[in-house]
Amino acid sequence: MNKTVVIKYPAGNIQSVLHALDRLGTSAVWTDDPKEIRSASRVIFPGVGEASTAMAYLRHSGLDEVILGLQQPVLGICLGLQLFCRHSAENDTACLGIFDVPVLKFEAKGLYKVPHMGWNTLEATHGPLFHGIPPESYVYFVHSYYAVRSEYTSATTPYTLPFSAALQRENFFAVQFHPEKSGKIGQQILHNFLNIK
Amino acid sequence: MLAKRIIPCLDIKNGQTVKGVQFQNLREAGDPVSLAAAYAEQGADELVFLDITATQENRRTMVSLVKQISAVLNIPFTVGGGIQSVAEVGDLLQAGADKVSVNSAAFKRPELISELAQAFGSQCVVLAVDARPDPEWQVYLKGGTQPTGRDLLSWVKESVDRGAGEILFTSMAHDGTKNGFALEMTRQLSEAVPVPIIASGGAGQVSHFVSAFTEGMADAALAASVFHFGEISIPSLKQQLHNYGIPVRL
Repeated sequence: MNKTVVIKYPAGNIQSVLHALDRLGTSAVWTDDPKEIRSASRVIFPGVGEASTAMAYLRHSGLDEVILGLQQPVLGICLGLQLFCRHSAENDTACLGIFDVPVLKFEAKGLYKVPHMGWNTLEATHGPLFHGIPPESYVYFVHSYYAVRSEYTSATTPYTLPFSAALQRENFFAVQFHPEKSGKIGQQILHNFLNIK
Repeated sequence: MLAKRIIPCLDIKNGQTVKGVQFQNLREAGDPVSLAAAYAEQGADELVFLDITATQENRRTMVSLVKQISAVLNIPFTVGGGIQSVAEVGDLLQAGADKVSVNSAAFKRPELISELAQAFGSQCVVLAVDARPDPEWQVYLKGGTQPTGRDLLSWVKESVDRGAGEILFTSMAHDGTKNGFALEMTRQLSEAVPVPIIASGGAGQVSHFVSAFTEGMADAALAASVFHFGEISIPSLKQQLHNYGIPVRL
């Protein structure tokens, strides 16, 4: 059985993720049913939105415990990555703590505008998500908060400072950029995730 | 390094792409869904769809078009044209748009920007502004036909204070001329506000894009007919920008 689940919760632009999976020939199930999520062969946790509202929803619905208990490959995208961290500076929010790192806000200075929006490069990539991805490949970002670099960092991107463009710890993967909006490179990264054994 | 973005703009009328010269004499340029896919394939960084004849019934057509575009497109896109309410924006984002641009309705009721930023986040709220130097730069409405008397810079600053996450600045004096972008004003805007500026109006040749990014300090450059009619090809444009040392996604 090979089932990909996208976790359903009030976060923007889930449709783009489902479409991107469709283009890869994977028809994912979009659900918040804990049984369906636990029985999936892989789980995607997308998200565009605000950290404290999203965390409050996860706690209230019990999805926080469901996510923490997952053993299969899990991919957090954008806000998903931030919620996997310990704490977010966005409205001083305690997050899931899968990665024991803080999420901070970019400081706008000079030509560095906030949000960090647009195509930026992936550097120092390693791990299964980045198989076949050439160095300095461009991916699409839209965010004002970032996870600091840590032992879990599997790719960095420079913006005011090098931050974690991707994190991995055991079966938990997370990317700050939007693979579903990152052209062919993004497609390859999603494909890599769907093929993690 | 953050790349400078190249953004083809598709003006949509009744579900079809059109491009006006100085916003007059519309002529047909193709089917938006196939054009969108072709542009993504060529290396466009983002697309903008402007519904130039937005009405209530056209809005439904636009939402269904956005769904079709979202299914094929693997790069971000913005939808604009006649947007007046939070509910409309909700529908467009739900259909798969990444951002929306607001223009006249935001000018007439600036609270719209605050409401949209609050509901969906600044990152998906683009303020589109058309302006002309008379000789002081003032904001125009209705496709550049109606002067407002409002100073461009002060309106752009207010919109950013209210939560606009990006500015799409079109110089009506340059649009359709193919003589280059309004560099001086683009630069002033870029220095005045902490959000990205998209330069628009006047693209005719590669050197115009180069100066938009260097002298104009734009974060992105938008054009329509030079791309639609194949006068400038995106792969060759980006290669030349790269040769000039401008960071682009190749």
